[in-house]
Amino acid sequence: MAEETFDLIIIGAGPGGYVAAIRAAQLGMKVAVVEKRESMGGVCLNEGCIPSKALLDSSELFHLAKEKFSGHGIEIAPPVLNLPKMMARKEDVVKKLTDGVAFLFKKNKVTTFPGVARLQGARADGVHQVEVTGANGSQTVLGKKICLATGSEAVELPFLKFDGNLVASAREALSFDRVPEHLMVVGGGYIGLELGSVWRRLGAEVTVVEMLPRLIAGSDQQVADALLRSLKKQGIRFLLGAKLAKAEIRGEQVVAVVESEGESQELTCDKVLVAVGRRPLTAELGIEALGIAVDRGRIIVDQDYQTNVAGIYAIGDLIAGPMLAHKAMEEGVVFAERLVGQKSIVEYEFVPGVCYTWPEVASVGKTEEALKEEGVEYRVGRFNFQGNGRARCMDETEGFVKILADAKNGRLLGVHIIGPRASDLISEAVTAMTFGGSAEDIALTFHSHPTLSEAVKEAALDVDKRAIHA
Amino acid sequence: MEALVARWLKQEGDAVAKDEPICEIETDKITLEIQADAAGVLNIVVPEGETVRIGTVIGNINEGAPAMAAPKPAEKPAAQPAEPPPAQPTKAAPGRETARETPPLAAEPHEEPPTSPAGRKLARELGIAADGVAGSGRGGRVTAEDLRRHEAESRREPAPEAKATPGPAPAAPSGLEAAPRPAPEASPAEPGRITRKPMSPLRKKIAQRLVSVRQNTAMLTTFNEADLTEVMQLRKRHGEHFLQRHNVKLGLMSFFIRACCEALVEFPEVNASIEGNDIVYHNYCDIGVAVGSEKGLVVPVLRNAERLTLAQIEQAIVEFGTRIRENRLELADLEGGTFTVSNGGIYGSLLSTPILNPPQSGVLGMHSIQERPVAREGQVVIRPMMYLALSYDHRIVDGKGAVGFLKRVKEYIEDPQELLLEG
Repeated sequence: MAEETFDLIIIGAGPGGYVAAIRAAQLGMKVAVVEKRESMGGVCLNEGCIPSKALLDSSELFHLAKEKFSGHGIEIAPPVLNLPKMMARKEDVVKKLTDGVAFLFKKNKVTTFPGVARLQGARADGVHQVEVTGANGSQTVLGKKICLATGSEAVELPFLKFDGNLVASAREALSFDRVPEHLMVVGGGYIGLELGSVWRRLGAEVTVVEMLPRLIAGSDQQVADALLRSLKKQGIRFLLGAKLAKAEIRGEQVVAVVESEGESQELTCDKVLVAVGRRPLTAELGIEALGIAVDRGRIIVDQDYQTNVAGIYAIGDLIAGPMLAHKAMEEGVVFAERLVGQKSIVEYEFVPGVCYTWPEVASVGKTEEALKEEGVEYRVGRFNFQGNGRARCMDETEGFVKILADAKNGRLLGVHIIGPRASDLISEAVTAMTFGGSAEDIALTFHSHPTLSEAVKEAALDVDKRAIHA
Repeated sequence: MEALVARWLKQEGDAVAKDEPICEIETDKITLEIQADAAGVLNIVVPEGETVRIGTVIGNINEGAPAMAAPKPAEKPAAQPAEPPPAQPTKAAPGRETARETPPLAAEPHEEPPTSPAGRKLARELGIAADGVAGSGRGGRVTAEDLRRHEAESRREPAPEAKATPGPAPAAPSGLEAAPRPAPEASPAEPGRITRKPMSPLRKKIAQRLVSVRQNTAMLTTFNEADLTEVMQLRKRHGEHFLQRHNVKLGLMSFFIRACCEALVEFPEVNASIEGNDIVYHNYCDIGVAVGSEKGLVVPVLRNAERLTLAQIEQAIVEFGTRIRENRLELADLEGGTFTVSNGGIYGSLLSTPILNPPQSGVLGMHSIQERPVAREGQVVIRPMMYLALSYDHRIVDGKGAVGFLKRVKEYIEDPQELLLEG
């Protein structure tokens, strides 16, 4: 059989890779995907976004049943947690979605090669060679173009390495076989706060240790402050501006020394979640041998997502920008379209970010702090969910919508939401901003009544100080 | 009236000499160089690509050396104000840059006009700057549909270089719209088969204006012909003497302009314009005269042409020509005509329909003189003949008036003694 040469080989079937594969196939390319996991979807589907949301939704229901039903006039016996069943449901959600990706590959005639990929350079005729080592040995796959989409992995603390038992990354923290008594979360970013929330709702004592004096670095300060208050109310303990000086494992416990404001205190816990950041996962690819250039660990690409080596491209967490699934997905689409000559681009200024705590936090565009620093003249509109009818009905009145608009032309510069279903509410802001919209554009748009989305409209009205329900 | 600051020939802070060209401005009618009124240091107020109203200050010249204390700003208006100058540049400027070859990879969110995301992608693919396109979306938002329409329209526009400025002249044939092309297909253009160039702002303005004339007036054209035997003989007999006395050649234009002035008095509606619900009659004849030049056809206005002698008319036309060549024509020279005479004959046109120059209601088209057999008193004779065309706004000029006007012009031309006696 003549050897098969693919138009495109994508390494990694995470959100960036699988979307790029499908889009490239739609555009008529013959596509192969190399994936080391048995299931498709990468970290996002297998041990990130999706399972964490499955647990967040389950644990929220548990929390509602325990704390909120009574307020609605529903009297039940105290609910009992069946953790294995909750985990099984989560696994089932993950399986359905990863199978879905596999099905989409089949439908789009994308060929998958299970195994770990290693770049072998290009032949004289320019065709790239990728060595795929799987359970059944090695084989070489040939492709005219290569797209690296291997994503990222959790960063370890040198003195507190992941041990698969007491010291967990997000992956393990999604699968604890029992509710920890005391979970210490190192890192007050999205992952730490989301998983901290899950286990807090399921009954664990949770302490978050964060180096910065605030939560979610880079988010709007007022939102971060409001989130801190809400999470504290839910019983999560925070040590901010605090440094984990050392930690040691004593039997089935971790004893940590945390320094803050010149004082040090000892924390004893039975699980530690280390969520201090993620780094690009390039170790197995062999990019050094090919001389692919990186900047602080991130692969350098041009506007076509091509690396300095012709024919080799990279997207997602491997390259600069926020490590977000939807950012990688968009890059996957744009990469494939540019490959066939379309003038697509990723509009990075409109990448939204969401933290699925309760209340949720979602934002797009610039923060108020960034605008101040840049000297941009802006106006602020803000509306609290307390004034929103639907939020009252739901008994979820924490939080607010904050809209930052250009002082001159009203153009939307940033929208920051903390509150119920902020993750869904932010879409409207992203759409409006992508269309170059102004606060007035939102204010002049119908919003169904009664919905949470009315808070967005009111905040837009408040930019001109004419909110109706404030 | 608006003008576009097309190009600054000097940079901000440059020292400029008196009378040195510092800036080019474009209107829908002409490109003008603006010279420095005084020597000094240039301070640019309005950047390139902005559209401004007449009278707007587009830059200052600080007289004297930059080191001198208390520089005295000498304001440099865009042109002699034809109207009371508005204090502010208009905000009508459609974009900050006129033609950007390659848009930046990432859009700057609050400096560009609002566009839809699909519009932005299409603009990149068509290679056009969205800021030159009229947006139909809310707040002037440019949609993909707007860009497709813009693209289709610019393809339909014939391709002459934008520098030539057709006035209200036969240069714009009545069949302006060629057969519509099929919708552009996704297939890439074959290289070499077509050349795509963005329209200059001037060309765009012309295109908009021509289309708007068609849309906003009820333009019709009536035709006649004139026997130029008498005029030709007059010129032959008196030409040399005329040249000696007035230092200018006795041309054809002066006869036609005089004839028009006489006829306009008799048919005042042809010299009128519509303002709202009123008809404004002009008790004077400011006649726009299409003058060919290297920069294209320009239409300066001859003020109170009804009071001028043939010699004064000829001298004025020569003077316009000189000023156009030397870039001394001012925007005010192009403003406010009440009627236009355009001679397509210099380009060899036998017959064409001139286009109105709103708010004017009439434009006379002259054409080539051709020796043709005509019947005179039962005999076929050869005479120098010219077709005449009058385009008029039927909203205020009735067919009878238009035909009568043109017939009167014909009669004056065929018997110029009458003109001379009355003049």
